[in-house]
Amino acid sequence: MATGKHDQTLFELSLRMGDNALILGQRISAWCGHAPVLEEDIALANVALDLIGQASLWLGFAGEIEGEGRTADNLAFLRADREFRNCLLVEQPNGDFGHTLMRQFLFDAWHLPMLKALTLSSDERVAAIAAKSAKEATYHLERSEDFVIRLGDGSDESHRRMQDALDVLWPFAGELTCADEIDVALADKGLGPDLGAIGAEYKEYMERMLKKATLTADWQAPIRKGGKVGDHSEALGHLLPEMQWLQRSHPGAVW
Amino acid sequence: MYAQMVKSTGEGVKSLDEMEPQERAFQERINADVKIEPKDWMPEGYRKTLVRQISQHAHSEIVGQLPEGNWITRAPTLERKMILLAKVQDEAGHGLYLYCAAETLGVSRDEMTEQLLSGKAKYSSIFNYPTLTWADIGAIGWLVDGAAIMNQVPLQRCSYGPYSRAMIRICKEESFHQRQGYDIMMKLVKGTPEQKEMAQDAINRWWWPSLMMFGPSDTDSVHSAQSMAWGIKQNSNDELRQKFVDQTVPQADYLGLKVPDPDLRWNEERGSYDFGEVDWNEFYEVLKGNGPCNAERMAARRKAWDDGAWFREGLMAHARKKETRIMAAE
Ligand SMILES: [Fe+2]
Ligand SMILES: [Fe+2]
Repeated sequence: MATGKHDQTLFELSLRMGDNALILGQRISAWCGHAPVLEEDIALANVALDLIGQASLWLGFAGEIEGEGRTADNLAFLRADREFRNCLLVEQPNGDFGHTLMRQFLFDAWHLPMLKALTLSSDERVAAIAAKSAKEATYHLERSEDFVIRLGDGSDESHRRMQDALDVLWPFAGELTCADEIDVALADKGLGPDLGAIGAEYKEYMERMLKKATLTADWQAPIRKGGKVGDHSEALGHLLPEMQWLQRSHPGAVW
Repeated sequence: MYAQMVKSTGEGVKSLDEMEPQERAFQERINADVKIEPKDWMPEGYRKTLVRQISQHAHSEIVGQLPEGNWITRAPTLERKMILLAKVQDEAGHGLYLYCAAETLGVSRDEMTEQLLSGKAKYSSIFNYPTLTWADIGAIGWLVDGAAIMNQVPLQRCSYGPYSRAMIRICKEESFHQRQGYDIMMKLVKGTPEQKEMAQDAINRWWWPSLMMFGPSDTDSVHSAQSMAWGIKQNSNDELRQKFVDQTVPQADYLGLKVPDPDLRWNEERGSYDFGEVDWNEFYEVLKGNGPCNAERMAARRKAWDDGAWFREGLMAHARKKETRIMAAE
């Protein structure tokens, strides 16, 4: 972990934003060529492209703040599991297409208001990355919201699958809006938003949308969290070796 | 070239004098370089040949996502990952344009998908080879997209309007595909000894299958003669293969890679490269389904389709519910 004169909270914020985008982008890019319809192959590749593009901005910025010469690629491909700061939700396996869509929906519904709030960050570089990303996230949320509603309120089977996906993934959603000391420090400095407010907005939105989708969330479910501080689920330990393998097996090589 | 073995009617080319007035008018339009559009009259053989060719081409784009998709999650940098994602996404888009072009000839995308999944329809032999190292991603862009461009550029002038227009859109994207592949190779040959070795190994494995993409010699084929008379095909397979070799060998030289053909040499007189004979047995075996990855490619496409059935059905069920609600409200 980097220490020293740089702003550690800002560094953490960039890693959290960047790692969420990177890990989710990595997950959905695995669908390429395997989606249920051709249009979805194309649309998912689009979302993956946006997210990996965002990851490279955030991680590039993180490297800048740190000031030790690490690039976005160094951070993406040469950090160990415990150094990743993504929330647990995005590292969960793809499952069936319903799981993939539900994971995306639960994430997008947080990502968009989060990015919008970050456009007001006192750090203009954060605001700029957030502004660019928010445009993309708007489209992502439109798409995933539409699918969750249509499939939730679709056939018996699609309803059952979406409900299953929600049951499995819902406990992970809480981590997105659950503030820790870093979030509080970021909000105090005006660098980031009050996560509590985003959480309230998230809850209100979910109630409305899940009703439309005829799905029910277990609001009492205990929150599963830890990714933001590097305590991951086992899933990440399988994703990273695949993603990082070439870089790690050819140290210093240029690609 | 994603449509390697397209049979036309096989009846031989008729002269204008032998044609009924309707067919004669059709042929004269083609001869005058006027595009045929979906609503125009066309001989049944022309329609069938085009459906076969366009759907083979579309299937190739779709199956073609798989060998490269195999490396998206392992791409070595964020930029490479994005470029590869964009490239594979383009190929899916090509499949989509082409299915749409084929649909104008009265065949639905579902029917074509069914033909692919049942093994009835073919796709290019090239996608039945495995991508074993990162260098294969470079070799595919450079050689496979390079060969595809060779074939697709003349197809922009195809007599059938919707196909020709699809090819124009596709060709715009293909040159980016080839460049990114060559760029990967360039980085590898300038890299570590292991990277160079990876690059040579990739050209060793991809060279011959790339030459097979043009299909067997068709100078004596009635199918090709008919396709040419109809303005569906512009050049013979051998012509295009030769052009490809002539263009690609200097690129390999520039990379410092050896083309795996002991018979390859510059022929001053012809102003072209002489090269060895393709192993056509291997080609026919792959086409029959016995290539190194045929089973995996088909299994992957079938799995995607079968696993996605609930998704497609769910969306239709929602649309039906919505319609009923609207009707009930009225
Ligand atoms: Fe293509
Ligand atoms: Fe291509």
